[in-house]
Amino acid sequence: MSTILKVENATMQFGGVVAVDNLNLEVNEGEIVALIGPNGAGKTTAFNVITGVYQPTNGAVYFQGERIVENHPQGKLKKLYKGEHAGEYTRVLAPTPDHITKLGMARTFQNIRLWKSQTVFDNVLIAMHCRTHANFLAASFRFNRKEEREQRDRVARLLETVGLYDVRNELATSLPYGKQRRLEIARALATDPRLLLLDEPAAGMNPQETQELTAFIGEIRDSFHMTVFLIEHHMDLVMDISDRIYVLDFGKLIAQGTPEEIQNNKRVIDAYLGVAEDA
Amino acid sequence: MIGTQQSRKNSLTSLILVAVMLAAVVVLDQVIKPTDSMSMLLKVLQKGSIYALAAVSMNLLNGFTGLFSLGHAGFMLIGAYTYAIFTIPSEARDVVYQYYDAAIRISFPEVLGNALGPVGTLVGVVLAVIAAGLAAAVIAWLIGLPVLRLKSDYLAIATLGFAEVVRAVFQWGKLGPVTNGSNPLKSFVRINAFQLKLGGTTISLTTFVPVLLATVCIAFIVLLVNSTYGRSFKAIRDDEVAAEAMGINLARHKMLSFCVSSFFAGVAGAGMAMVLGIAQASNFKSAMTYEILLMVVLGGIGSISGSCIGAMLFIAASEWWLRGLDSGVFLGINAPGIFRNGFRLVVFSVIIMIVVLFFRKGIMGDRELPDLLKKRPGKGAAGK
Repeated sequence: MSTILKVENATMQFGGVVAVDNLNLEVNEGEIVALIGPNGAGKTTAFNVITGVYQPTNGAVYFQGERIVENHPQGKLKKLYKGEHAGEYTRVLAPTPDHITKLGMARTFQNIRLWKSQTVFDNVLIAMHCRTHANFLAASFRFNRKEEREQRDRVARLLETVGLYDVRNELATSLPYGKQRRLEIARALATDPRLLLLDEPAAGMNPQETQELTAFIGEIRDSFHMTVFLIEHHMDLVMDISDRIYVLDFGKLIAQGTPEEIQNNKRVIDAYLGVAEDA
Repeated sequence: MIGTQQSRKNSLTSLILVAVMLAAVVVLDQVIKPTDSMSMLLKVLQKGSIYALAAVSMNLLNGFTGLFSLGHAGFMLIGAYTYAIFTIPSEARDVVYQYYDAAIRISFPEVLGNALGPVGTLVGVVLAVIAAGLAAAVIAWLIGLPVLRLKSDYLAIATLGFAEVVRAVFQWGKLGPVTNGSNPLKSFVRINAFQLKLGGTTISLTTFVPVLLATVCIAFIVLLVNSTYGRSFKAIRDDEVAAEAMGINLARHKMLSFCVSSFFAGVAGAGMAMVLGIAQASNFKSAMTYEILLMVVLGGIGSISGSCIGAMLFIAASEWWLRGLDSGVFLGINAPGIFRNGFRLVVFSVIIMIVVLFFRKGIMGDRELPDLLKKRPGKGAAGK
């Protein structure tokens, strides 16, 4: 199994606050890997560093063996920098999120961010725009008819796979919450990714919806040969589907391993899982 | 697969409707004499269609891409001047540039007209109009590099400032050999120059030309908005963060929208010059931008047919229907004491307030004309 995503010594410092401290993690192809930790541990920040929303203060990110993000403390942060590995990174590589998406990494958001004035169908269709070859003149004069038809067919198939085909003409925001989550995942899949990053996909879901989602993520991995990296608080979901788990606390990685190892890890229990009182 | 047959049928229907409309304009042009009371209808059609184009191009930026820009008058000015400068015939040039030594001594319609006859003249005019759009688009690209990093109100202020700067620069005496300083440019090719001679009869195309110009340009914008690029513009408007995360390059797409919008603003400026027969920088004040913005808002932000309706109603009301309020007699009521200069604007403002109160999302909301015939997907905006 080859490594698809590697985060190397990534530190994200906002002023004096170190949100992510010297994070090292790897995700292998075909795996489902979870990133867990208490609120404010820096999980979403780590996601934002990986997807190009933030530029790390120091460190690097590799995708499919290629270094895509790299940075070192600059300007005011040079003096303020509290992390490790200072001076090891010298280049500045800061692609924008759209660039990283085109490389084959797609994400969903903690708070659903669908395009509200668009239908379910169009939400997915727009996500395919980043793979469009036609320029704006060709697209306006409909010289890309074939490409457009292929895209529409793919959207239809994708919506069928995720079970949203019958609501394709509804406005995205008129869907029930669970389906909006599903649509966000479908939209991310439409960008043709190799790696899918899910930021709390089960947030706000009831146990039954969570169960359905767990099965859904498994299906995606199998039917799209997808690698999944997710942040989640629902431990049943995480323990159920993850191959490996990373645990963050106060920006630092405190544990990693299989679900069993994590469940029995003393530090993780102290920091996050807690002791089940009714056990 | 989905609905391609349906959409083909729809586009055929709209094509036929547009053709009928254009034919009707030609007929009206022949039937209505300049002395008729209905001749105002033609004036409204001429000016209204140009304003409709300006409003639609502003809607592309403000309504579809979500970039609140107020630089429209500036781009229209650039277009109007570019068109005027390149169509002034050589014999009129020295009269127009009476205080300066004209620097640009080429007239597209004249050069091509001498070479190819009447067809050449037409091609020359078209080239000048395209040049007007390109000039505006190039300036927009330059301005866009720094300015498009700004958002909402800040972008509006920056572009508003730009428009004022453009107006000042074009009136600058040192640029007189090109722009004629603060004096107007005139004597260039106007809309009443367009005639079709078939045998012995002459068909006037005075109203047809601006309507056709606007129709062609608006049709292109409609196509763009419904293409994959237009959909991305809407995605940027709805949620920029999500759009970027889904692989849409924000800088590139915003710039594209800004340049296309400015291109058509430039074309609208050229059209304006053609209709009015005069190009003068002092006409392109920020008030013009606000008028266009008003048309967009009245028609519905994010609706192209709304912008067209808004522009036509606005021009018809201010130039025609409410004229009487300024000149003493309105709807047969003769009351020079009340209906005197300025009263029209009072009534007009009240009407606008009423429209905005009752149609909170504009006349059309974000729907297009064909949408009125079919049900909205979901219940979405129903009940408002």
